[in-house]
Amino acid sequence: MQIFPCPFCGPRDEREFHFAGELGKTRPDTTADVSDSEWAQYLHTQRNEKGRVKEVWMHMTCAELFVMERDSVTMEVIEVRALRRDHE
Amino acid sequence: MKRYSALSLLREGLRGHRGWTPAWRTPEPKSAYDAVIIGGGGHGLATAYYLARKHGITHVAVIEKGWLGGGNTGRNTTAIRSNYFYPQSAALYDKSVQLYEGLSRELNYNIMFSQRGMIVTAHSEPEMEMAARQTNAMRLNGVDAELLDADQVQKLEPRLNFSPQMRYPIHGGVLQKRAGTARHDAVAWGLARAADARGVDIIQNCEVLDFLVEGGQCVGVNTSRGEIRAGAVGAAVAGHSSVLASMAGVGLPIHSYALQAFVSESIKPVLNTVVLCPPFGTYVSQSDKGGLVIGGGLDRVPSYGQRGNLPMQEAVLGGLAEMMPSLARVKLLRHWAGIVDVTPDSSPIIGPSGLKGLYLNCGWGTGGFKAIPVGGYLLAHLIATGQHHALSRPFDLDRFSTGFLVDEGAASGIPH
Repeated sequence: MQIFPCPFCGPRDEREFHFAGELGKTRPDTTADVSDSEWAQYLHTQRNEKGRVKEVWMHMTCAELFVMERDSVTMEVIEVRALRRDHE
Repeated sequence: MKRYSALSLLREGLRGHRGWTPAWRTPEPKSAYDAVIIGGGGHGLATAYYLARKHGITHVAVIEKGWLGGGNTGRNTTAIRSNYFYPQSAALYDKSVQLYEGLSRELNYNIMFSQRGMIVTAHSEPEMEMAARQTNAMRLNGVDAELLDADQVQKLEPRLNFSPQMRYPIHGGVLQKRAGTARHDAVAWGLARAADARGVDIIQNCEVLDFLVEGGQCVGVNTSRGEIRAGAVGAAVAGHSSVLASMAGVGLPIHSYALQAFVSESIKPVLNTVVLCPPFGTYVSQSDKGGLVIGGGLDRVPSYGQRGNLPMQEAVLGGLAEMMPSLARVKLLRHWAGIVDVTPDSSPIIGPSGLKGLYLNCGWGTGGFKAIPVGGYLLAHLIATGQHHALSRPFDLDRFSTGFLVDEGAASGIPH
């Protein structure tokens, strides 16, 4: 079993975490026209990188979202940080 | 190609087996081919085989960064089935079963396709309603299906847990009799041998580093063993599809996950079919050697590391112990994971990549083995004609922008 660090709760069992998505996706600006391919890009296209990845995860027991930087081959966690700006 | 037969076996037996020759050549890559297939797994080899056999295109290379069938073709649970809900999927996967049915004879290589049947159990009255719906959908799609009650399931698989204390008691199930298992290595080796005999060059230990693009068109690949030009390039690289596509500047709707499987020590025959119990997320069959071949769902962490993690092992093996308590003390021999390419609708992507001259066969997720013949058949059609076959049209990449998803993950109720 892998231990993931939650920025709020510390090291916890991987089963408490949920992969939410890749970091850096921005929802298209719906006040302007958004084409089908732009929507498809936002909804479905993934970088799905091999090696170092930056992802958004949720620690389900505290329901906080945070950024986890890890290696998708070795599964090593490199860094975690909170998404909330007020968390210092 | 030296034909294999009972007679040749007998003759070689008498001569001390000194006359066998390698099943395929080990050629040096040429500088150009009519078509280059990336990925020497089942799908890539089948593509080369059908290009040669069906379309007469034999100046073809299959390039593989490791060894033949060393990726997911050698890492699956060998189940073959077409128990799908939507007409598009049923047509696709049933074509694959049909091609598998003739493959041993066609390849002159015993792939040991054993149509022992597959049962998907139902564990409540509402699940029985869904099982009836599934059976009807399959029959309407022209796929064989039978709805079984609990007694019929027990008759086929008496070792399943029918105790009243079972957490999710078995109410019945759906049986596809034509489903079964095959020998995974034999599928790769048989296809390689047959493709090689028709002139296809199979080049192992040759990794693609980049695509050659001229005037907005893919005209070949740059590999660890030099530049290879090609009239068309086909990619069948499963879990690494995103990595390859990114070299071509193409983004794919794919996440790569590890999918684990397990094999136990050999035991006497205890199973007649392939059994899947959805509430436990576990399925199991027994190989001809007697080992139980056990599979389940995906690991929950996106991964390119070809090994699994413990929570899913616990879920799958715990599920097996509940399904068949008499197997709880059987020891495991091996355990492994393959990297599978999962799409949002759990259906494959077959079609042009967006870069001219490059065609994709990917996104099979957890079910690529069963689709090897049809995946190769359709990618060969695309490469040879530049057009979709009617079977592959619904699985084009464009479905993610048109919205015509073929959502088998939601419809089939089986782990994908």
